[in-house]
Amino acid sequence: MDHDIIQFGLYVPPHPHPLLSPGASEGYQRLRDAFDTCRERIENSDADLIIVYSTTWPSIIGHQFQANPNSEWVHVDDDFHYLGSMPYSFTMDSVFAEACVEKAKERGLQARAVNYDAFPIDTGSITALSLLNPENRIPATIVSSNMYANRSETIVLGKAIRDALTEEKRKAVVVVVSSLSNRMFTEPIDPSKDRIHSQKDDDWNRKILEFFEDGRLEDLSQLSREIHGQIRVQKVVAYKPAWWMASTMGQHNNYEGEVLSYEALNGSGGAVIQLTPSVGSIGDKEFDEDDVEYYRGDRNVLDQGGV
Amino acid sequence: MSKGEIVLGALAPHPPHVVYAENPDQNEPVSEGGWETLRWGYHRLARKLETIDYDVMVVFTPHWQTYVGTHFLGVPRFSSKSVDPVFPNIFRYNYDLDVDVDLSEAMCKAASDAGLITRMMRNPDFRVDYGTITSCHMMNPRWDKPIITISSNRNTHYYSPEVMIEQALALGRACRTAIEESGKRVVLVSSHSLSHRHFVTESPLPEDMSKEHIYNHSQYVWDMALIDLFRQGKMREAIDIMPEFTEQTIAETEGGGLVWMMGAMGMPEYPAEIYGYQSVIGTGNCIAAWVPQPDKREIVL
Repeated sequence: MDHDIIQFGLYVPPHPHPLLSPGASEGYQRLRDAFDTCRERIENSDADLIIVYSTTWPSIIGHQFQANPNSEWVHVDDDFHYLGSMPYSFTMDSVFAEACVEKAKERGLQARAVNYDAFPIDTGSITALSLLNPENRIPATIVSSNMYANRSETIVLGKAIRDALTEEKRKAVVVVVSSLSNRMFTEPIDPSKDRIHSQKDDDWNRKILEFFEDGRLEDLSQLSREIHGQIRVQKVVAYKPAWWMASTMGQHNNYEGEVLSYEALNGSGGAVIQLTPSVGSIGDKEFDEDDVEYYRGDRNVLDQGGV
Repeated sequence: MSKGEIVLGALAPHPPHVVYAENPDQNEPVSEGGWETLRWGYHRLARKLETIDYDVMVVFTPHWQTYVGTHFLGVPRFSSKSVDPVFPNIFRYNYDLDVDVDLSEAMCKAASDAGLITRMMRNPDFRVDYGTITSCHMMNPRWDKPIITISSNRNTHYYSPEVMIEQALALGRACRTAIEESGKRVVLVSSHSLSHRHFVTESPLPEDMSKEHIYNHSQYVWDMALIDLFRQGKMREAIDIMPEFTEQTIAETEGGGLVWMMGAMGMPEYPAEIYGYQSVIGTGNCIAAWVPQPDKREIVL
């Protein structure tokens, strides 16, 4: 198995508060601390690449991969411009971005690399890369979220990236930038009194976090449509992050999960979560949810924890 | 001081393709043309605007999306480069524009007084969205008038199209009050397409007009139904069917621009001037104008 192509995966929120105003609330600070912990873990890993899938970079013409070797500009968020500007200078791995494009096309997807001065990198990607990789120690690429793509297209996108990782013999940290529940308050709030918008959103978020904590990524992937209907404001056709994360990291439940922080961000659910591929994870999981290529009979789940 | 007024309201779609096709000095990519029906319609509207005395263009854009209230540009000048995140291959536009901050603040205050959540945008690093730039460039390529951009509050996503319509109408009325009190002559711009289903692939040559057509017939029929109401001056009816139209065609009207403009203009009962209709990557785009002063109205198409 090619376990080491994915060092681990992170699920982080897109809002700029942990970057721009961590001191505004205890919750924002806890999210910031969790980002800092993940930064240290990336530094201590063997990763040579960060791949960001950002739900705040929509695309229409297929799937776009950020390929500008030095993406530099000053970004300002549409809603939270009053929190300050977000200058950035990111090192992108243009060779890997091109490899992803090639692999995506081989799997029937429309894809292209984008390499333009002043390209507007999105709030979520800037927040994630600024906090997780502040010194550009590892190159990155950012993947757009096609607004029309649904499950099959998103799954194939993840597989194409996995193809590129395998062929290029890279070791990556996968970063999904997305809220859990994404309903924000529509009036200004006191950040110190921020809370999840509703009890229902909070209940669902906590259930999702249980799945993450158990390492049940494929189960979450299969729950995506239900999650979309229950706690996602219908801005796009589907809740895609779990699909992409599962197909990129491996479509199974064999992960060690850790929820480092879960807090409200202007009413939405913001969590910093780590998933690490495991070979020995057993417990109360569904072990027949693998991405099966060849059928080899029933599996003896009591004797075998690995995939 | 004389009473301010709205001298024209325009539905001005903003596919960046039309700027790309124009090849202005400000835009880096170079094209062989394309989308002439729309561009020539814009040229005609721009010529008309040169005959109308106005002080400022106020743009409502769906590409500055805010979820916490409605925001207004509040910095006197912006000079930067706008790169379309979706079509960076065709739109990398260097802009330098002035903002009428006084009127922007007045509209923000009037909207707040009307009970809407508002905020001024004071960050000088803010990039003006490509929707604003495209519509303004096509209507006034000389950029010799200040503008104001109003963000699109996404009430539709959070509540329903009906809530969005009520709030957009209230915002329009508030803007009108501020305009009248300012003594200024204002052009309103509702910057968006009608039907808004895109193709997800692009021709090797984006301006290859042999590939351009509406996404499907249903979108076309809905667009024509709405444009027919524009022609007949039945804007109340047009707004009434807006939730259905938006749902059926995933229209960019969901941002509230046209409703805002109709609210500001008092729901016109006279025919709109139609300057053109054409698809761009499958979306339906109509250029139309409403002119309050009867002796300034024309039959264009």
